[in-house]
Amino acid sequence: MSKRIEVNDLNIYYGPFLAVEGVHMTIEPRSVTAFIGPSGCGKSTFIRSLNRMHEAIRGAYVTGEVLVDGQNLYAPSTDPVDVRRQIGMVFQRPNPFPTMSIYDNVIAGYKLNARRMNKATADEKVEKALQGANLWNEVKDRLDSSGSSLSGGQQQRLCIARAIAVEPEVLLMDEPCSALDPISTLAIEDLIQELKETYTIGIVTHNMQQAARVSDRTAFFNIAGTGKPGRLIEMDATDTMFSTPKVQATNDYISGRFG
Amino acid sequence: MSTTPGTPPTPTTDRSGKTGTTSESPHGQSAPVRPGSSLGLTPEQFGTPGTPGTPGPPGPGDPVAAEPTPTAGRLPQALSPGLLLASAAAVAGLLLLLGRFTVVGTVVLTAVVYTVGIYVVARVVEGHRRAVDRVVTALVTVAFVLAMAPLVSLIWTVATRGLARFDVAFFTQSMAGVVGEGGGAAHAIIGTLQVTGIATLISVPVGIMASVWLVEYGKGPLKRGITFLVDVMTGIPSIVAGLFAFALFSLLLGDPGHRSGIAGAIALSVLMTPVVVRTCEEMLKLVPDELREASFALGVPRWRTITKVVLPTSIGGIAAGVTIAIARVIGETAPLLITLGFTTGFNFDMTEGRASTLPVFAFDQFRNRGLPPEAFIDRAWTAALSLIIIVMVLNGIGRLIAYLYAPKTNR
Repeated sequence: MSKRIEVNDLNIYYGPFLAVEGVHMTIEPRSVTAFIGPSGCGKSTFIRSLNRMHEAIRGAYVTGEVLVDGQNLYAPSTDPVDVRRQIGMVFQRPNPFPTMSIYDNVIAGYKLNARRMNKATADEKVEKALQGANLWNEVKDRLDSSGSSLSGGQQQRLCIARAIAVEPEVLLMDEPCSALDPISTLAIEDLIQELKETYTIGIVTHNMQQAARVSDRTAFFNIAGTGKPGRLIEMDATDTMFSTPKVQATNDYISGRFG
Repeated sequence: MSTTPGTPPTPTTDRSGKTGTTSESPHGQSAPVRPGSSLGLTPEQFGTPGTPGTPGPPGPGDPVAAEPTPTAGRLPQALSPGLLLASAAAVAGLLLLLGRFTVVGTVVLTAVVYTVGIYVVARVVEGHRRAVDRVVTALVTVAFVLAMAPLVSLIWTVATRGLARFDVAFFTQSMAGVVGEGGGAAHAIIGTLQVTGIATLISVPVGIMASVWLVEYGKGPLKRGITFLVDVMTGIPSIVAGLFAFALFSLLLGDPGHRSGIAGAIALSVLMTPVVVRTCEEMLKLVPDELREASFALGVPRWRTITKVVLPTSIGGIAAGVTIAIARVIGETAPLLITLGFTTGFNFDMTEGRASTLPVFAFDQFRNRGLPPEAFIDRAWTAALSLIIIVMVLNGIGRLIAYLYAPKTNR
């Protein structure tokens, strides 16, 4: 189910602009890896390059390797659509499909790909995904109403349900709680703890407490200055990172003594 | 207390400087009646500011002092409509006295008199800012009435005159063999529906696909070039489209007198396609990129994202755009006169021969009047009325589609 991700010398570009430079890292299976760092340091850009969402932006490309269980995502023979089927993503802002019901939103990954399944299988998948996202009890009586009728926190959990309904190997989250209130944030953090039993999870966050609470390993990105590429400064077990970081910049950032 | 009437009160500095030295007023800092401030004016002064005997407050009629006071008087609510009626009555009376009364003249002069009047009254009572607000409100309202007046007048005229022949015969008979009264425009209605329908069948797929290309795929000089050409095509005169279609068919078929419904439909679709492209492009741009990304992230290929997410999300706007495009061409006369001509009888064959359409029918009835001329004029009006009704029905269908398929928010 879950897979190890190895990143070798990854450079990420927007057209001529080098946004992230020379990343080497390993993301362990069945664990939560947090990506922290100041704004503009390339955390989101990096996480989007792990499932080839980066190249959905015009002119964007990468060099280097991302190996998922030894298979290079950026090999010429790899189809980005297949990659995204294996590696799901949850975005910063909840984005349920407004034309679809809650039910259809959850199985959108199947519906949009026109994969047929009978009603019983679909019902089962919807219930399983919604329960996995801690949303089942709140919406089980109104599965036919529109996805945009839910609150922001519920919408975000709906998006998580949608991402896990297709049973990906890896789940990437790009600041999933930054638009949510503390209670919804807590619900999603609990959910992340449950999900890591089955999935490899990568999460970008601006919230250091959140990184400390949910993650097993933490990667710190930094940027030398405006217009310079972001770099991976340090990556270690979360406890070590937050108690005895090896690099001074990491210490400055997590203790708040930083720009 | 050192606060004297007329000086702007500054309680904080005033109090801090005096703490403990002199006795505070028992009411605290809000005690002194500050003339002209929001606490100083009592409600009964609303509407009658400047009453002699009110101590201190700057007279609202005094422009310098009235401007910054937040509680300068307000005009009573009934004053504005009252003033409007009064100016209308005054203008009408004056014009009647001069013996030059006309409805249009009365309306225009009333608007002028009311605007000037409301400004003067508001300037005196309410001060500069509110007076400007009222004048601008009056001007905007006048502009709205000016924009609506021709429309209402047009619909009223067409409806009243068109009703004379709004009967069963008009919608069931053609003009074949009719020389005077009677007859109908059934052949022209069929022709209009056929020609516009074929033009729509050509333009809507081409237009929607072109706009999808522009929004989802196109880039660089090719995209800019196509956008420019679409903009240019939106503005080409309809007669040019007619001549183009006529020349195209004449040259291709080697028949210098070629007339057919297809040629007419081609002419209309030349006019229609750019409108569809432009409106659909705007609608597709409104679909948030987040939805496209959500779909990509689920491993959905781009073409399925477009057909299953982007187009359904914008279907309401697209339907509205298509309706506008149809309304734009359904009343075209010149290109159809060239490519289609007109006949008196039915011609269901779109590939060959002349056929009638409603706008050309109305033009022909008006232009080539026989005896009695009233019968021809009446038929022309009824044809115009039918055309307006068809456009209205299409509009309703467009709105219905937009309503049925628009994203449901439940809020």
